[in-house]
Amino acid sequence: MTRTASSVGIVTAQVAHFDVPLPLSSGAVLPQYQLVYETYGVLAEGKDNAVLVCHALSGSHHVAGQYAGDPRAVGWWENMVGPGKPVDTDRFFVIGVNNLGGCHGSTGPSSVNPVTGQPYGSGFPFLTVEDWVESQARLADHLGISTFAAVMGGSLGAMQALQWTIRFPERVRHALIIAAAPCLSAQNIGFNEVARQAITSDPHFHGGDFYAQGVVPERGLRLARMLGHITYLSDDAMMTKFGRELLGGTPHFSLEVEFEIESYLRYQGKKFSERFDANTYLIMTKALDYFDPARTAGGDLARALKPARAQFLVLSFTTDWRFSPARSREIVQALLDNRAVVSYAEIDSNQGHDAFLMENEDYFAVMSAYFERIVGECRP
Amino acid sequence: MIRADYELIAQGVPEESRVLDLGCGDGQLLAHLQRVRRVSGYGIEIVPERVVAALRQGISVLQVNLEEGLSGFSDHSFDTVILSQTLQAMRHTEEILREMLRVGREGIVTFPNFGYWKHRWQVLNGAMPKSEDMPYEWYDTPNVHLCTLYDFERLCAGIGVQVMERRVMNPAGRTVDLMPNLLGSLAYYRIRLQA
Repeated sequence: MTRTASSVGIVTAQVAHFDVPLPLSSGAVLPQYQLVYETYGVLAEGKDNAVLVCHALSGSHHVAGQYAGDPRAVGWWENMVGPGKPVDTDRFFVIGVNNLGGCHGSTGPSSVNPVTGQPYGSGFPFLTVEDWVESQARLADHLGISTFAAVMGGSLGAMQALQWTIRFPERVRHALIIAAAPCLSAQNIGFNEVARQAITSDPHFHGGDFYAQGVVPERGLRLARMLGHITYLSDDAMMTKFGRELLGGTPHFSLEVEFEIESYLRYQGKKFSERFDANTYLIMTKALDYFDPARTAGGDLARALKPARAQFLVLSFTTDWRFSPARSREIVQALLDNRAVVSYAEIDSNQGHDAFLMENEDYFAVMSAYFERIVGECRP
Repeated sequence: MIRADYELIAQGVPEESRVLDLGCGDGQLLAHLQRVRRVSGYGIEIVPERVVAALRQGISVLQVNLEEGLSGFSDHSFDTVILSQTLQAMRHTEEILREMLRVGREGIVTFPNFGYWKHRWQVLNGAMPKSEDMPYEWYDTPNVHLCTLYDFERLCAGIGVQVMERRVMNPAGRTVDLMPNLLGSLAYYRIRLQA
């Protein structure tokens, strides 16, 4: 096994249109919508090698590869997905899809509402993880995939994978639940609320209908992202990466950037505000807040997961304080109570929540070993 | 390559039962039991490389620290809980035996017998013993609680654990009936809580 890993190379996004109305958890109905997606690898004749990658808060369908003419636009899970990589595209047909409500091409708040001819803006319905899974299942139908070899994701993406196993037990053979929680804690929701307040209190927000005004609530988005970034990193990783050196060596007694971390957060905030839609951010964070499969099962997660038939791999990272290993163990515990087939690894990493996106020897060894198992099952 | 105690353990595990293997290592034992006894269950392992090896064996493995107990498992959720050549490396010996028999109806424990004559001989000659079942130097051994058959049975009696079956083997893998605490190198016990 000394194959060298490479990239899937140049990729092109595709679009699927849906005209069958989609009823949503909120009671609203989306009469029509589109999902933008990418695929890597080849769908086997038996259609048994499909892997669905669900994205997290700020992700997209662009999981791996590059776009022609834009070599910097590398997929967000490029280290994980590709030929010879843990999710080996020489063996698996991998699908990345931009979630409904997103801002990367799938129908979302910045899309034009066919009824009004204007961007949806504040008129776009709130969404839940359940809604996303419903819409992803329709994409799977569209692609002729009845059963996924695996559905996987990190963070909010993992919540979608979990929901898949509950909603469509017969369509998921393996679920990879990475850096997840079975629901947000009050602290998690608190952080999300501060981020939302930053956006909605920006004078350029205009109640969500800023598109017509030709402005963007950029400051709000920046603050939301800066706050988010703090929760994605561990204290240790931040200290190691940025330290507390003063730029000029001594205090300036000014509000200009003096510490490395200030510059980093401002840069990340700025970059994000230029590419991400404010309403999408609000919708995604609300979906995170609402996710709680145990809620309709009397608070009993095991009961909520009863329908699941998939085999599970649950992964957590030691310094993740946003979704700590203890939260992943809640999922494992519920699966054990159900006598489900589940493996669990707690990866030693100092990268915090972001660790699920980073290359890490133990992490990748576990992923590779697990996917090799799935390959073993795919063979006729 | 099947370790000597695996066959013995397989004999003590009912067909299609639920098994928890504590300190499952590379998962060979559980994979073996899945093959020959069609058991279901999990292995528990803390060392990352072994977790990966166990995944490659095709077993379900949970990366959990045994020293912190088995709080993730409910009472009597397994037919058999196995502690194969792991007891001697555990710090909380009593605790893990109690936890085993809380989570499982029965326990299987195997360990190297410190009372084996070759071990005694080496101690008499003034050196810490080394053997096939205890292949470490005193300064790099993971073993912190080595014991003899006699020691183990005394502990069981003291904490209300009943020995249902004992098998003792020599390095050739043959059962030893005569003076087992002296002539046996590997001990196998099937245990349960005293009624």
